[in-house]
Amino acid sequence: MSNVKTVSQEAQAQVANNVPNKKRGPWREVWRRMKQNKAAMVGLVIIGILIFAALTANIIAPYGYDDQNLPGRFQTPNSKHLLGTDNFGRDIFSRIIYGSRISLMVGFIAVGIAALSGGTLGAIAGFYGGKLDNVIMRMIDILLAIPGILLAISIVAALGPGLRNVMIAVGIGAIPGYARIVRASVLSLRDQEFIEAAKAVGANDFRIITKHIIPNSMAPIIVQATLGVANAILAAAGLSFIGLGIQPPTPEWGAMLSSGRNYIRDYPHIATFPGIAIMITIFGLNLLGDGLRDALDPRLKS
Amino acid sequence: MHKYIIRRLLLLIPVMLGVTFIIFTMMYFTPGDPARIMLGESAPESEVIKLREDLGLNDPYLVQFGRYIKNAVVHQDIGRSYTTRRPVVDEIMARFPATLKLAAMGAFVAVALGIPTGIISATKQYSLFDNIAMVLALIGVSMPNFWQGLMMMLVFSVYLGWFPASGFTSPKHWVLPALTIGTSSAAIITRMTRSSMLEVIRQDYIRTARAKGQVESVVINQHALKNALIPVITVIGLQFGFLLGGAVLTETIFAIPGVGRLMIESIFRRDFPIVQGAVLFIAVSFSIVNLFVDILYAFVDPRIKSQYK
Repeated sequence: MSNVKTVSQEAQAQVANNVPNKKRGPWREVWRRMKQNKAAMVGLVIIGILIFAALTANIIAPYGYDDQNLPGRFQTPNSKHLLGTDNFGRDIFSRIIYGSRISLMVGFIAVGIAALSGGTLGAIAGFYGGKLDNVIMRMIDILLAIPGILLAISIVAALGPGLRNVMIAVGIGAIPGYARIVRASVLSLRDQEFIEAAKAVGANDFRIITKHIIPNSMAPIIVQATLGVANAILAAAGLSFIGLGIQPPTPEWGAMLSSGRNYIRDYPHIATFPGIAIMITIFGLNLLGDGLRDALDPRLKS
Repeated sequence: MHKYIIRRLLLLIPVMLGVTFIIFTMMYFTPGDPARIMLGESAPESEVIKLREDLGLNDPYLVQFGRYIKNAVVHQDIGRSYTTRRPVVDEIMARFPATLKLAAMGAFVAVALGIPTGIISATKQYSLFDNIAMVLALIGVSMPNFWQGLMMMLVFSVYLGWFPASGFTSPKHWVLPALTIGTSSAAIITRMTRSSMLEVIRQDYIRTARAKGQVESVVINQHALKNALIPVITVIGLQFGFLLGGAVLTETIFAIPGVGRLMIESIFRRDFPIVQGAVLFIAVSFSIVNLFVDILYAFVDPRIKSQYK
């Protein structure tokens, strides 16, 4: 978790202050710039394929994720089983396809939890300032003192393992990053003239925050969220790997890797392929995140 | 400067109280009766009731939290393990050196690989070296470190037999875990050094240095590097927290007897005082490292030092 926090701080520093103002034009411009960035498009294609695999898993997967075939276990990759079979004779390729559902869901929901709660806290802290800001940011400091993955492990230890609890734990672990980014961009916007103008025409705080401040601080949040999904997927896979996350037989990549670990000496393919699936996913999200950052802040493209 | 250090140390107190509160609360509301866990499933109910009374487990939550803090501050006592009955502090201190060593070696790998690569990439932007380094860095960030550890174990221990697959006793044992835990930090530091360096070498004073005929190596090492490294230091500090957290996974893979593994084992044994203590220990070390990084800043950047006075 803390890992991507730093990547995104790098991103955040670079994106801040560059905020598209009009509603449609700038986003079209961002898309135009994205299309010129080959790496970003590769990332987009990878994520596109993953989303497609997740949506159509039950159609495109050659076998069910829990179809056991004990006589045919430990098969190395062959024409019937593209990536071989595991210790229960289940088709690894099919399990990886189904696993994309779990990983993407964990990634998006955990980031949703983190961005909503962290963003709200950050927006309130930045907008109102003063004591409220102080209280909220000291709370964030406390959360930041615990490395994200440890916080997530402790939360899962308290709540118990399972998909829902993993999403909550990983989401809470990522809150501080969003709170800080949103606060920083709210602070830079708060005293600008168009906010003053909105106040002058009688808009209330809620309207100013939701209609003026949030849309204008979307750029750093989008970058942080893209990298955050990568982070959440890694954290969830890590939790499952140590046995505190999503439990078998659910085809979660980290859990698959963990059970393949017992056979690593004789059948390394069982642990290899889920790891490659995680790596390609994170790679795609990182490419996309970097591309978005560059597209949202063209000043850096020199 | 002294004042600043003292103020920062004092600020650590509320943060640590907050961390303790969060962890204590989570463990307190975790299902399961500590007295029952300590005595085992077969113990008679009367004994469990008595132990619960003796340990003060029937007291209100805030009273228990107050007692925990009081014992921690006055007696440096943060409870006893449910399973071994030894003090948590002793249990953790026995394991802490391995974790610290692992994290420090990871940080060494990260800095030793990351900073030189980042500098070369920036000075030779868009060269073959830069392109390869950036792709490798991106792969480094994308690889789950527990998977990387397994793959390295497979190649270097099982196939090639160069390094042992588990344990943490000799320098030969350290290589794979240090690489496992340090790779993604190295990748992040490479990227950060490169982008920070690129920003600095576009500055006017670098152009001035070049214009006056300064040798390129002096321009980079004397003028650019010092300024470019400031943001990198922050990242290294933050990475240390990530390394301490990441130790949990690396220790699990390589069977290293560190705090991370102790914590995971304790979660499965429902030995919550240890879990609580382990998180506290790591949070304290992380906070101290960050404090140290902030102080280091002042030495690297005189502008910051002048603010402290």
